Amino acid sequence: MSEERYVTIDNKTILIEEEGNLLELVRKANIELPTFCYHSELSVYGSCRLCMVEIEGLGLVPACSTPPAMGMKVRTNTEEIRKMRKIIVELLLANHNQDCPTCQKGSTCQLQALARRLGVSKVRFKKQNRELPLDDSSPSLVRDPNKCVLCGDCVRICSEVQSVGAIDFAYRGAHTVVIPSFGKELDKVECINCGQCARVCPTGALMPKSEIEEVWKAIYDPNKVVVGQVAPAVRVALGEMFGLEPGVTTTGQIAAALKAIGFDKIFDTSFSADLTVIEESNEFINRIQKNENIPQFTSCCPAWVKFVEQYYPEFVNHLSTCRSPQQMFGALAKEILANDLGIGPEDVVVVSIMPCTAKKFEAKRPEFNHNGMRDVDNVLTTQELGRMIEEAGINFRELEPESFHLPFGFKTGAGVIFGNSGGVSEAALRYITEKITGEKRDSYEFTTVRGDNGMREATLTVGSKDFSLAVVNGLGNARNLLERIKSGDVHYDFVEVMACPGGCVGGAGQPVYSNPSIRHKRTKGIYENDRMLELHKSQDNPYVTELYSSYLGDIGGEKAHHLLHTSYKTRKRISDEDMTFSSGDDQGFEVNVCFGTGCFLKGSQKLLRDILEYIRSNGLHSSVKVGASFCFETCDRGPVVKIGDKIIEHCTLDKAREAIEGMATSTLKEVQRNA
Amino acid sequence: METLRKFEKVCEIVDQNDRSAARLIPILQAVQSEYRYLPEEILTYIATSLGISPASVFGVATFYSLFTMKPKGKYIIRICDGTACHVKGSMNLYEALRNKLTLKEGADSTPDMLFTLETVNCLGACGLAPAMVINDEVFGQLTPERVDSIIDDILDKEEKNEFDTHGA
Ligand code: SF4
Ligand code: SF4
Ligand code: FES
Repeated sequence: MSEERYVTIDNKTILIEEEGNLLELVRKANIELPTFCYHSELSVYGSCRLCMVEIEGLGLVPACSTPPAMGMKVRTNTEEIRKMRKIIVELLLANHNQDCPTCQKGSTCQLQALARRLGVSKVRFKKQNRELPLDDSSPSLVRDPNKCVLCGDCVRICSEVQSVGAIDFAYRGAHTVVIPSFGKELDKVECINCGQCARVCPTGALMPKSEIEEVWKAIYDPNKVVVGQVAPAVRVALGEMFGLEPGVTTTGQIAAALKAIGFDKIFDTSFSADLTVIEESNEFINRIQKNENIPQFTSCCPAWVKFVEQYYPEFVNHLSTCRSPQQMFGALAKEILANDLGIGPEDVVVVSIMPCTAKKFEAKRPEFNHNGMRDVDNVLTTQELGRMIEEAGINFRELEPESFHLPFGFKTGAGVIFGNSGGVSEAALRYITEKITGEKRDSYEFTTVRGDNGMREATLTVGSKDFSLAVVNGLGNARNLLERIKSGDVHYDFVEVMACPGGCVGGAGQPVYSNPSIRHKRTKGIYENDRMLELHKSQDNPYVTELYSSYLGDIGGEKAHHLLHTSYKTRKRISDEDMTFSSGDDQGFEVNVCFGTGCFLKGSQKLLRDILEYIRSNGLHSSVKVGASFCFETCDRGPVVKIGDKIIEHCTLDKAREAIEGMATSTLKEVQRNA
Repeated sequence: METLRKFEKVCEIVDQNDRSAARLIPILQAVQSEYRYLPEEILTYIATSLGISPASVFGVATFYSLFTMKPKGKYIIRICDGTACHVKGSMNLYEALRNKLTLKEGADSTPDMLFTLETVNCLGACGLAPAMVINDEVFGQLTPERVDSIIDDILDKEEKNEFDTHGA
């Protein structure tokens, strides 16, 4: 046995086990050192200096970035340290917008909490307020740089965990800010709206965008029927806002609270998750049979979907065409429910309660918008619902549980486990195994796909065939996986991806948490919930069966396609960045060559040169404006050239020439006609 | 064609540096000497080719004062406003130059992007006060009249160049 190593912290002996830094050991000694920039999930940054401790013989060091060594004598509360902590908080406050009473971060603000805890009663430094503009361009988040303490937590989670890097530090010294590239607005850059940055932000500088006011307005409107749908992960987390343990299921209280607030109908997103299971599993069986677009990727996480659309155009076809449960429900509500209630779809207001900020973005996607009417009108996060309950003065803990409305309020456990990473796969397996073998199984749990790792895999024999699955959470892990699939290192048949660590239970719309153990309790709560329910397989949901026979017809049939499926597009990461190489006059038309990475690798540089040459030698330069764009969002079919309104894929000089000639003659005619 | 040539140069620079993110700073330096500034869309292109996020490239480009994201003229005139030059009337020179170049309120560059006018804190040429630098060349003991003729010389030279290329 190797020798035991220990340190002393405030006179207590603490054993060194796996801990990589002093901070973890101090916490093990049950001392809560204040920190701003430390998260166990992220790399150590060591910028806030709040975690300073004194080591005998070494003086003051930041605990988060000091590795423990045998025999260290650590003190955490010397006079000097106490003074210094106060000064740090005062300095931060001097630089901070001081609208605390109206800030949505409220009691979860760590800066406020720290000021209170350390007894900072006044700020002795002159207020340094530079008014920077608020960025509320994103459908999911609001950025208020005036409240930023530059801890870099958001920057690191966005790049290290999500591999997106939509925001970063820019400028320096007193002008340092955390902003999207080129100081653009968040919705103009590659942000996938996962909201994880807002989850780790200690202050109100990054916050989920609130839709509370719009929802109250709909509730007060006597002509509107307000229909709520509650996502699975919400029920095991909302209670935390009212002092309940994480993971305690409060489905009945949520139904009661929504009724009290004034919702007219309350349904369960787990019902439409059951539908998703059936559609998505059949799509999978079909693809396997045709050997088409395998692996199939799940599509219920909108952050993941946007990620594929902007970074992996070649994989867009691999996404299941199934809408997410939220959007399936929206479509059903606007069509079937409106009909049953005898009112127009414009008078049904669908409000989702989601653990997620990306769902706000999803609801606004043009695919789910018809003639200015959205399938899902508003998305509230778990936090927002909690705030509405508080505002309405409802004593959540004392509520008598009530039930959801039928038919869309009835679910099986398969629809509930969607809230966990691995849940979508497991729900699909519960269906696929029975569908393929044609036999009913007694058991329903597939524990191999469960767990907390960011990347898990499983192989499963169904009938005579082996299936391989991968379950991923965190988009950095997804990126690794996609690269390995691309290079041919690995092969999977089915890949489930959720953007948030742990899946939707760890979503950024959930009550703020930083300790992963809270998330683990929610995960457990979801599986317990499944066990408590009467049914566990989507195919056993009688209301789903009834919906197919009375309304939808065949699984994957025409009606189902219209209401339950969708399509994707490849998209640009950063909007409005074009270059012009030769400009024509107003009467002319535009030729735009894609210079996105995809097309660039496929030779768009030479193509552009050839086109310019052709235009010059044919004397067309006054009537044609030639430019380059970064990505036409169809990278899989590059090189792409846009001529007038026409997009030419797999473009060659010949194809371009033909189109330019066509355009040139028609513009010429137009000019003559107008003359 | 000029834009295309420059852009091809960027592609070359990126390739010469092995598309390596570790070589971001030399890449930015080389690109800036090509364009005299760092255009936004080129930075996006560089980020994509190096496999890093545009936001982090923007971060580096704004961190070092050597880099600029604002286009600058072919001739960058830096008037010294250090103590010695200031005392000897550098601000008069500055005003004279603004008039000479007919710079509009708030603009530092001429619309044809031939000149950019800036002030600096000290050129270390206090013995020559008042002084200025145009690109790499230092001019000292200036008067508004001298400044005027220096600019005229550049304009003449430019006109001749123009004539040479087009007349050929
Ligand atoms: S929402 Fe997600 S992708 Fe967007 S900036 Fe925050 S962490 Fe990055
Ligand atoms: S994992 Fe769930 S909560 Fe997170 S972004 Fe995706 S859908 Fe939203
Ligand atoms: S790189 Fe996206 S369309 Fe060309």
